[in-house]
Amino acid sequence: MCGLCGVLGSEAHWTDAAGPDRPSGVPPGGSTRRQERLHRVRLANKVLKHYGLTLADWDGACFVLRSRTGRSAIVQHLAALWPVAERMSRRRCDPLDAALIAAVERE
Amino acid sequence: MAAADLIPVNIVTGFLGSGKTTLLRRLLASPELANTAVLVNELGEVGLDHLLLRHVDETTVVLPSGCVCCALREDLSAAVRDLYGKRERGTIPKFDRLAIETTGLADPAPIIFTLMADPVLRHHFRVGHVVTTVDAVNGATHLTQHPESVKQVAVADRVVLTKTDLTGREHAEALRAACRRVNPAAPIFEAAVDPIGPEQLFIGDPADPSGARQDAWRWLGVAPGTPPPETAAGQVSPHDRDVYAFSVTVDRALDWTAFGIWLTMLLNAHGDDILRVKGILHVVGVPTPVVVHGVQHLVHPPVHLDGWPTQDRGTRLVFIVRKLPRQVIERSLTAFNRLATVGERVA
Repeated sequence: MCGLCGVLGSEAHWTDAAGPDRPSGVPPGGSTRRQERLHRVRLANKVLKHYGLTLADWDGACFVLRSRTGRSAIVQHLAALWPVAERMSRRRCDPLDAALIAAVERE
Repeated sequence: MAAADLIPVNIVTGFLGSGKTTLLRRLLASPELANTAVLVNELGEVGLDHLLLRHVDETTVVLPSGCVCCALREDLSAAVRDLYGKRERGTIPKFDRLAIETTGLADPAPIIFTLMADPVLRHHFRVGHVVTTVDAVNGATHLTQHPESVKQVAVADRVVLTKTDLTGREHAEALRAACRRVNPAAPIFEAAVDPIGPEQLFIGDPADPSGARQDAWRWLGVAPGTPPPETAAGQVSPHDRDVYAFSVTVDRALDWTAFGIWLTMLLNAHGDDILRVKGILHVVGVPTPVVVHGVQHLVHPPVHLDGWPTQDRGTRLVFIVRKLPRQVIERSLTAFNRLATVGERVA
């Protein structure tokens, strides 16, 4: 979302708040926090491969973004992911990019 | 602490001379707002003699990697922290609401950002309704010539047309239509004729469960394909013409994770041009609607509603954007959402 997210640390992000993993309730369908993070990594990787990047969970605390050339960076949550992905891939990560949409539709 | 327990902050904004202080003075006369603290950016000609009135010097810190909406208003943060400290020490009355009057040229987004991102304030305050005043005498000119004015209307939860008693009916209706084009979901009041008290303008914001439902259903009423405004030559400015609202729908329940990936990516790429986004979502595994609400790069904590009003449980997102195509946004969201069903969860 912006640089301040990193400054303020890893407080809960809105994307953590409302889904099956929402902190305020029992996860329906038996989804655990770990399952949810793995689901997040799997989905994000389907998008990130378009940019030659991969994401991995790091002990349930944060995520590690890696490039094919071996560069890596730690990100706390989804909003912090995209600016880092853009710097690492040197490409604009735009969900309205026709080529990306077509690639996602082929998944 | 639950959102409903946080102190609501109402932002009163509007262009220069549009009647912000007059409106605020009128509102503060209500007994319901007797325990309201007030912060003002500029001391205008109309005096406010409220008990907890404070003045804020405008000092904005733009972070190196940040955009304008993600600017931290250090002055505001310090002023609100100071107020809260005095409230807790008992040196000022225990106010239960805060009203902030912005400068006429202010962008409300950094104020919202400061309240949501400040590590202290976010645990004690929440953003309530943003109320925007539009002056019937000069408002049409402001909307035509000043992008700040268009943005103030776009981020509003409530719009108040002022000075309509000084113009003809036709003029007031044209201004109402212009505001409606920029922000089709916010109720529009006329200060001269409508009842405008705390109940209409301040109370019932999204963190209030009853308010969230009412507000969410209002947004649902926005037409799916509200087109950009007609561009009658000489009548609509580039600022006005480029900002428009539309809603998108998704044909199946949303996977929350896929939605989070998509919206964070969208706001990172286009947040400057997404003035508002509000959605009533049918999320996989969640039986009741989830409301999301964002202003540019900022997204409020999602709110769960009690239930759906009808059998229609479709997801609908309303966007107020600057020159972004509805069809592409809808196709992109649908594609990302389907990612979750490919060898993953099924809606």
